[in-house]
Parts: sequence; structure tokens; C-alpha cells
Amino acid sequence: MASKGIKDRIAIIGMGCTKFGEHWDKGADDLLVEAAYEAYASAGVQPDDIDAYWLGTMGSGVSGLTLSEPLKINYKPVTRVENMCATGSESLRQACYAVASGAYDIAMAIGVEKLKDSGFSGLVMTNPPNDGTPASMTPPALFSLLAPAYFKKYGLDADKGKDVLSRIAWKNHRNGAKNPKAQFQKEVPMEAIKNSPKIADPLGIMDCSGVSDGAAAAIVVRAEDAHKYCKNPIYIKALSFVAGPAEGPLSPEYDFTSFPEVVASARDAYAQAGITNPREQISMAEVHDCFTPTELVLMEDLGFSPRGTAWNDVMEGFFDLDGKLPVNPDGGLKSFGHPIGASGLRMMYEMWLQMRGEAGKRQLNHPKVGLTHNLGGQPGRCVSFVSVVGSQVG
Amino acid sequence: MAGIVSYGSYIPYRRLKRAAIAAVLGVPATRGERSVASFDEDSVSMAVAALRDALKATRSPDVRSLVFATTTAPYAEKLNAALVGAAALLPAEIRASDSTGSIRAGLSAMLQAADAVAATGGQAAVAISDSRLGAPEGKAEQSNGDGAAAFVFGNENVIAEIVASASLTREYLDSWRAPGERFAHSWEERFALTQAYSPLFKKIIHDVLEKAKVAPGDLAKIVLDAPNQRAADEMLRELKLDPAKVADSLSLMVGQTGAAHAALMLTAVLPGAKAGDHILVATVGDGADAMVLKVTPAGAAFKPVHSVGRMVESKGDVTYGNYLKWREILPTEPPRRPDPERPAAPPMMRSEKWKFGLIGSRCTACGTPQLPPQRVCVKCRAFDKMEPYAFADRTGRVATYAIDRLAFSLNPPTVNVVVDYEGGGRFLCEMTDCEPDKVAIGDEVEMTFRRLFTADGVHNYFWKARPKR
Repeated sequence: MASKGIKDRIAIIGMGCTKFGEHWDKGADDLLVEAAYEAYASAGVQPDDIDAYWLGTMGSGVSGLTLSEPLKINYKPVTRVENMCATGSESLRQACYAVASGAYDIAMAIGVEKLKDSGFSGLVMTNPPNDGTPASMTPPALFSLLAPAYFKKYGLDADKGKDVLSRIAWKNHRNGAKNPKAQFQKEVPMEAIKNSPKIADPLGIMDCSGVSDGAAAAIVVRAEDAHKYCKNPIYIKALSFVAGPAEGPLSPEYDFTSFPEVVASARDAYAQAGITNPREQISMAEVHDCFTPTELVLMEDLGFSPRGTAWNDVMEGFFDLDGKLPVNPDGGLKSFGHPIGASGLRMMYEMWLQMRGEAGKRQLNHPKVGLTHNLGGQPGRCVSFVSVVGSQVG
Repeated sequence: MAGIVSYGSYIPYRRLKRAAIAAVLGVPATRGERSVASFDEDSVSMAVAALRDALKATRSPDVRSLVFATTTAPYAEKLNAALVGAAALLPAEIRASDSTGSIRAGLSAMLQAADAVAATGGQAAVAISDSRLGAPEGKAEQSNGDGAAAFVFGNENVIAEIVASASLTREYLDSWRAPGERFAHSWEERFALTQAYSPLFKKIIHDVLEKAKVAPGDLAKIVLDAPNQRAADEMLRELKLDPAKVADSLSLMVGQTGAAHAALMLTAVLPGAKAGDHILVATVGDGADAMVLKVTPAGAAFKPVHSVGRMVESKGDVTYGNYLKWREILPTEPPRRPDPERPAAPPMMRSEKWKFGLIGSRCTACGTPQLPPQRVCVKCRAFDKMEPYAFADRTGRVATYAIDRLAFSLNPPTVNVVVDYEGGGRFLCEMTDCEPDKVAIGDEVEMTFRRLFTADGVHNYFWKARPKR
């Protein structure tokens, strides 16, 4: 891997995150304003203190004007970025690198998505004009491809497999029940998850993340400047982003039990951060649980579980809030829904709260090293983002 | 002597039990079932299946023309034969036309093709296909069927010579359908039977046998394609035909397949024919056409890629409710998903071989087949070292699958499969003609040309997988 990384050179000094949900009374503008002003207040800065902005949104607007207009940003650079479901994380990566380069001293990464105005169920993506041959599968169907392949490879029968997937959803909702900013703040019984109406067999509606609106923002400075603004900043240890060659749909060697892009970005991130044993060294992780089989496979791709054993770790509670490696302590996409541009920054917001001891009922015991992960696309053809952050330098 | 060089036929997988119609509508049921083009099939897609089979079985291919015959063309303006030709991978250098107007269009097209090769040499292809609608509660809804047959005519390697042909054209009002109408009207049955079918069949059979110098008793098989079974039964009696020699009308298991029917009946008869057999084929429709064929030794040995008998056996039921939805006779609540977007003309033109012919690529540096066609090899990353590689006739195995209950479809749930092809290559596509609950990793599949959807009047054709028939 060629990336050198910027370990401990950048710190997050303030964050904001709206409640995620069906904001019938708020547009993307409102959500951006709320997240930005919460972040300004959190960092104790004024809007004019920010030198540059990176705005992540997949479909809630184009160009920097989407942000500069509602915030009345005074003639500053605003870069709109898009990288599918990793859009929010991508905005953070760009802001961090810009500040690390010395081009700016203080930058904001902000992401938003307003999904509930479309009138459609699920995500809707518009494609460029095409020849009518690309498969038009819905996201749950694309990710459901993982389930039969994983079950078959590791000898899980349909019932056992369904139990494993359901427990992932159960765990994330259990965490989300403790989070006042989540879209769904209720525990859901296992039986209700298992018996939820089928969307893409074996996935039921309760195996899918929700559809919601939301925005989140982070303000970053160079690490040496962090204490000018805040007593307990969090530090960027690694930022890795990978776009894959999309071999999965073309090559029979791909077996639909892994995301090679995630494996590559995790390897890169761990090298940047100096992580050699993620299962032991990572205190908590926010991962892209768009659908339950995604989280299952991610546990192996991120090195949290050896190949073929994540299902067992799931069943044994290894990733529970009180487990050895809590995954999605904030409730994940499952409880928050997935406003595309915002999700990556919402994950970082949980790192921010947990490391500062501000996570309320779901507070973990002094987590030191956290990981966030997004992916966008489909199994075998996706982009993947992995970050590692820490409460301390070094 | 000019004649048939090769043939193929196609009967869709889905069947509608006539009793199932009767049970819903409370009308009298007739026996048996009718074939039903699936929600993703039409006369073009079925013609492609039959024609590809015919071309596959053609020795020394030299096709110079293509006629697509049907009464249910997907496009009223735009050459349907061009679509059929593209999907059958016929060369651009052919004459092509659509032939329509009556259920006689199929046999007429065959006779014209035979004349063309006799006059100018080479081979002529004919693809005949119909997806016949009947208004609910009507007889035609039960008695019609969907299917296709295709022939290649030529002067060499002939399997059945055309000994003689005859045609009659008469103006009378039997059945008709104006542009924009979905269901045909018909005049009273007795009128057509006594004033049209009976005299026309009598005369055309007399004429063609006289031209062929074949006595009725010397015929081995008689393919008598009447517009309905009652007319067929009546003709048998009136013409005093030997029931043992009369070809099965396929009415019990398939139904009357419109323009395709005489051709389909013929393809059902040919595999059992012996060298030297004379076969009479006759049909009516605003006149009549007939021909007498003589089976050659090559014909006796010819094996179709898919026999009619095998396709009659290979079937799965459709409920009457689904049938009504597929034909959009019964409007349904659209899903809360965006409508599919029409495919765009320039990308379709760029990818003609891929979209219509399922031609992918194979890396000449490392030998890896891949689809869609690539510029940079997925395996060895060689740049622009690809050669065309055909996938349509390859079977494969299901590597994994998804059952999509959210996607827009006239037949939810949409089944998607990852296919790993025999000989290499992988493709993620829809699977059709399957029972979603039964799909499993390792299933053997083959490829089939289908109409994925229609948007803004543009029919979007492409390939799907289906369980091997």
C-alpha cells in the first residue's frame, strides 16, 4: 500500500449531528444548518473561523452552493464530494488531508442526505443513460447475495443463518434504544426480527437499515493546534479509502463471503495506525451495517474475527455493547437509517462522544482506539473507507 | 430443389390451465391448458429462441434474408425483424422484413422464403411467432396459445423439399383487429366455417396435391392448421382425412399459436418423419396457403435442438391472476419505486453485439472469458487484448442468488443469480421461468433472450438465465 497516512497529525475539535429520522418538517438546508452550528458551538468557533469546507452528499444537492447558500458562507471554498455510501467519510478524509497539507488551518467536513422527500421506499439512485443491460437490483437484493454464499461455505443451515443475521439486527437496535439521536430508539425482540416481512430472502425488512434524513459535521485542525480549542480532542490515526476493480461480478474466483475492498482498506488503515491485532487493539467500531449480512462479513474483513467464525462471535455476544469489541454502539445504520452523505460522520460522532465520555447510557469504559467503516456499492464491486481514531496521541 | 434446411421451435415454459380461467370467471372450461408467454416474453423474444435453434442446426450457414411473421409485433413502427436478426447474430448484409395481417402470415412467409432461395440462391430464414390474446370470458382466451417456430430455407443440405405450393387470397370478414385494439373481433363462427374455411381448405388441398402429383392416400402426414379446434374437427370429417395421418393440433397442451401454428405443428411432425415421406401443410386466413414437402434422408436424420415434445413437457403453471397482470389486462398498484428508465439509443447501438447477442470478450493474453466485454482484462490487466466471445449458448451454475421483493416487476419477486459459465466467465443477471423457493446454489442454468421491461414505448430486450430446459 502506497498511502503514508497522517497518524496523529489531525484532531477533531468539534462535532455536530442532527437527530436522524423522518424530518418531514426539515429540508437538507435545515439539516445542514443544524449540524454546522452544533459543530461550531462544540468547537467554540465562529463560522468565519473555518477556512474551507468539504460537503458530502449523494443526491441532496450539487456543488458547494448546497452548503454555502444556507450557511451564508463568506466566500470560502466548499468542495462537494460523493463516493456513494462512503460520501460522509470521504468529506472528512478530504478535509483532514487539506489541513494536514498546511493549505488551511481549520476545516469542516459536513454531510447530509434528505431521503424522505422522494416518495419511494428504499434508496433511489439515478444512472447515466445506458444500454438497458445493467442488472437493476435493489440494494437489499444485492447484499442478500452474501447470505446463501456465506451460509453454504461455513455450513450454516437456513435457520441458523437467520438466527445469526437476526441477532445482528437485535444487537444494533438494542444499542440504538439507548441513543436519543437514533431514528429508532426501541429494542426489537428476536422473534419480530426473524418474522419480519421478506424483502430479499432471507432478509426481512428488519435486516435492512432504515431510510432517514440527517446531517453531521466535524471540525478539524492540526493536532498541535487542538488544545487551543478543546481539552479532549480525538486524533486521526488512519484514513483509508479504496475503490475496487469490481472483479466480483466478473470473476468466478470471488465467492461472495468477503468484500476485498474492505480487506484492502483495513490493511492500509491498520498499517497507517500501527494496528497489528485489530481484534485485541480496537476498543469499538462503527461499521456499515446497511444489511445484516454486510455486518457479518465485515467482522471478518476487518480482522475482528478469523474467517468463518464471525457468526459464532455474533451469537456469543462478542460485538455486543458489553462484549469485548462493541460494534455499532450507537445503534448503527440499523437504528439511524442511512442518509448517505451523513452516515460516515455520524459514525465519527459516536467515536467523539464515546472517547470524551459523553455517550450517556451506552457509554463504554474508556475506549482508546476506535474504527469507523463505510462501504458503497455491492458485494464484489464497491468502495470502502476505514478510519482509525484515538483519544490520545501515540 | 429448394426446401427446409433446418428448423427450431419454441413453446414458453408457462401454462395456464383452462379450468383455472373458468374457476375465476365462471365460464365453461375446456380441457387442457394453453401456453403463455411469460411476463418477459413476446413474439420477438420467442422468435429469437426458435431462430437461434434453427441457425444452430444449420449446416454451412449462408442466410441472406429474414422474415419475421406475427400478428402481435411488439413494434408497430420499427422493424421487428431487425431485432430478431440482431439477437440471432445474423449479419447486417441481409434483407429483412416483417410479415403480418393474418394468422396465414407464417406459412406465406415460408413460401416466399422458399421462392427466394429458388430464385437467388443462398439461404432464407423465417421466424414465426405469436403471443395471442383473447378477451376474458371469450373462447379465444382459452383456445389460443403462445409459441414460435423458425426455418432456414436453402437449396443444399435440404431436409424437406418443397414439392409444390399453392395460395389463394379472398376478401371476407372473419376476424379483425384495428390499430390500438388488444383483442380481435370475429364474425359468427358458422359463417367462417361454411363460407371460408371449408371451401378454402378443399380447394387449396386439391390444388397443391394436383401440383405435387401426390394422391391424398400417399401423404404420410397432414398438418391442417385451422383457426380453432372445432373448425379443425369439421374439416377432418368433411375432407375425409385419415385421422391417423393428421398431425396433432397441439390444442390440448399448447393452444392455437396464431401465425406460428402451422409452422409449430410442422416442427412437431418433422422429427418423426421418414425419408420419402410426403407432408401436406395447409392453413387459412383471408385465403389459404398450402405446401407439400418431401422428407429427404438428411431430414430423417435431423435432430432439432429442442423438440416440440420436450418443450410441451417442460412447463410450470401460471395462475390466472398473474396471467391477467402479465398481459396488463388487470391494472395493478405500482410499487413505491421509480419507473424503469428507457434505454438510450446511442449506448444500445454501441453495445449491439453485447445487448442483443450476449457477446462478451475473452482475453487473448490470459484466456479469461468475461462479460460484459472489457477493455482491461479482469484477470491479467492486459489492455485491449480482447476478442469477442459468445455466452448465449453456454450453460452455467448458480454461484449465489437473491430474491428481490422490492424491485419493479410484473412478476415479483425478481430472482437474480450469479452465473458461473462452463468454460469461464461470470454474470449477474435475472433468472426467469423459475420457482423462487426452489433456487439453489449449484443449479444448472442456460441463457434466454427476454424483454426486461417497456419504458416510453421502448422495449428493453436483454438476456436472462433460466433453469436448463
